[in-house]
Amino acid sequence: MAKLNMVQAINLALHQEMAKDKDVIVLGEDVAVDGGVFRLTEGLLDEFGKDRVLDTPLAESAIIGTSIGMAMAGLKPVCEMQFSGFSYLMMGQFEAHATRMRARTHGQFTVPMVIRMPFGGGVRALEHHSESREATYAHLPGAKVVIPSGPRNARALLLAAIRDPDPVVFMEPKHSYRAFREEVPDQEEVMPLGKSQVVQEGTELTLVSWGAMMRPTLKAAAQVEKEHGTSIEIIDLLTISPMDSDTVVESVTKTGRCVVVQEAPRSFGVSSEITARINDKAFLYLEAPVRRLTGFDVVTPYFGREKSYLPNVPRVVHAIEETLKF
Amino acid sequence: MPRKQIAKFSVQHLQVLDENGKLDAKLEPNLSENELLEMYRWMRLARGFDERMLKLQRQGRLGTFPPNTGQEAISIPVALAMKEKDWFVGAFRELGGRLIRGEPMTSSLYYYNGWEEGNILPDKELRILPTSVVIGCQIEHAVGLAWASRYKGEDAAAVCFIGDGGTSEGDFHEGLNFAGVWKAPVVFIVQNNQWAISIPRESQTNSQTIAQKGIAYDIPCLQVDGNDPLAMHVAITEALDRARKGEGPTLIEAVTYRLMMHTTADDPTKYRTEEEEKRAWEKEPLLRFNKYLKDKGFWDDAKEEALLSEVKAKIEEAVKEFESPLEWQQDEPFKHVFGTEHPVITQQHEDFLANVKREADHG
Ligand SMILES: Cc1ncc(C[n+]2csc(CCOP(=O)(O)OP(=O)(O)O)c2C)c(N)n1
Ligand SMILES: [Mg+2]
Repeated sequence: MAKLNMVQAINLALHQEMAKDKDVIVLGEDVAVDGGVFRLTEGLLDEFGKDRVLDTPLAESAIIGTSIGMAMAGLKPVCEMQFSGFSYLMMGQFEAHATRMRARTHGQFTVPMVIRMPFGGGVRALEHHSESREATYAHLPGAKVVIPSGPRNARALLLAAIRDPDPVVFMEPKHSYRAFREEVPDQEEVMPLGKSQVVQEGTELTLVSWGAMMRPTLKAAAQVEKEHGTSIEIIDLLTISPMDSDTVVESVTKTGRCVVVQEAPRSFGVSSEITARINDKAFLYLEAPVRRLTGFDVVTPYFGREKSYLPNVPRVVHAIEETLKF
Repeated sequence: MPRKQIAKFSVQHLQVLDENGKLDAKLEPNLSENELLEMYRWMRLARGFDERMLKLQRQGRLGTFPPNTGQEAISIPVALAMKEKDWFVGAFRELGGRLIRGEPMTSSLYYYNGWEEGNILPDKELRILPTSVVIGCQIEHAVGLAWASRYKGEDAAAVCFIGDGGTSEGDFHEGLNFAGVWKAPVVFIVQNNQWAISIPRESQTNSQTIAQKGIAYDIPCLQVDGNDPLAMHVAITEALDRARKGEGPTLIEAVTYRLMMHTTADDPTKYRTEEEEKRAWEKEPLLRFNKYLKDKGFWDDAKEEALLSEVKAKIEEAVKEFESPLEWQQDEPFKHVFGTEHPVITQQHEDFLANVKREADHG
């Protein structure tokens, strides 16, 4: 058991799974010699050699396209998009082939691959380095989308993603890369995909979030509990798609109130989907409208203005208070 | 039937002034003393400004930025050879060229400190496109601009920059192919600085030269010593001439070296040696251009010193303006989502302002 940050935990998962399964191949821009621009793939080249850890030319579409080929041939490519903002250059390959090959061939050819990509704001980076666009991928049938929130679940979910029989977009909240450490067990620990987690039980209000937004969400809940003595249940979504509605619905059935915290733009997003599912299954239990605290439908501002656009603790607190008052 | 050769290609390399400042007089372009000195002054300014930005970044007064040092002999001769109506389409290492085209020095400072205001030109007609962060996309924009210029009868060309790494993107090839088919008045300049972050040129492409990539699309191409401002002047003049005469695009591979880190977030000691960097410093462009100007009797140490203090004053003036209090509004992005109003955006704009106000009231 060691205290690791998320970078180290993901790196550990890659080391362990590559040691265990020689079909796992890592490829991407600057992943080998440099160890990745965020150092996620550090040490893999030394340990596994250049046939298994590939520095590719600069071409996102080719990284994914060749990975699809490798996957159909039985390998398990784990590729990296240097930033999610550059992943749209691979969208043609991803939508047209990675997500469809199973359906197209009734399961004869499948694409078991992982696309890792750092995403999200708060790190004072240039344009295209701060967006949260998980909904873009979650909207594609056949694609799984996973977002860890801390070192321990990052490690356990990445192992599950690599072993999954289908393409998984593994979105890493880069703001959380080095933000905090957690105990991560040495022995392998795997969390199932498609399942969210109740990280704190409560009875009066359900808070749902994922990725980097879990931190302000937890802080805000603690603050409201301290100030008003409210009992809050907190759910970490973990897998965006296919989404686990049961955990949220069960919780809201109990609490009757729900706030969803999302960094991404407001419209057509994950929080909208959660709200719809609560509506489907728990409408009669609701004592207040499901409240969504989200980003805005604006082009992600450069970092000079970024801070005022991200959900933060005071905004989560406000959303909780308004929902409790309703 | 015997196989027969049906096509044959070759690629030329152009150098006028070698790394020791030695001139091939036969190739020397016809530039006046004034023109040469102007070029040198811009190169000094760009170098000085680059060094200043690196310091600002290290002091936490500027965000992440990609240094240009060592690549001054590319965008500067190019921008000086361009005409007013030509389009300047940069990637992100064309600092000198941008300044020549009329972008204020403060623009780069604002941009790299996280403000869209750094993209806003004093006048749209300067025809400088914003920095292109997503590698490769700008190639096709340039082809479109060039096509539109011809359609409008403007007698203008588009000049587009990209890095050696960028030539691996599909957009590069698709754009070149369109330009070839359309015979668009466009000049592509690949700043081959030998590295794409940690990926060396020889791992980026198996091609012997980058210039030869033009051959595939029947685009005239040339490899140029990109640390030689005279050679770059010759190459861009020929290429623009070709574009203006309706003869279509040109691809110039400008061979240079990225002397500094990729961006301030990068650590080159992970992937290249200090010896390699040292050797590259010996070939850097200012050194040889300075020697050439002295050999011609156009330059001396006293003039150099005067220039350095002039450059310093300009830079400090820009930094001072950059660091004076900003009056820019936090809610500006809401005003630029669409060109038309929509109640959803209006509502979110109000919510945003309410958030900001509540947070200000609560300290
Ligand atoms: C489409 C895309 N993929 C990845 C990146 C991340 N990235 C930024 S610069 C760079 C290397 C660029 O190399 P090159 O084209 O040679 O230009 P240089 O930095 O050397 O000027 C990479 C991979 C990006 N900006 N855009
Ligand atoms: Mg390069």
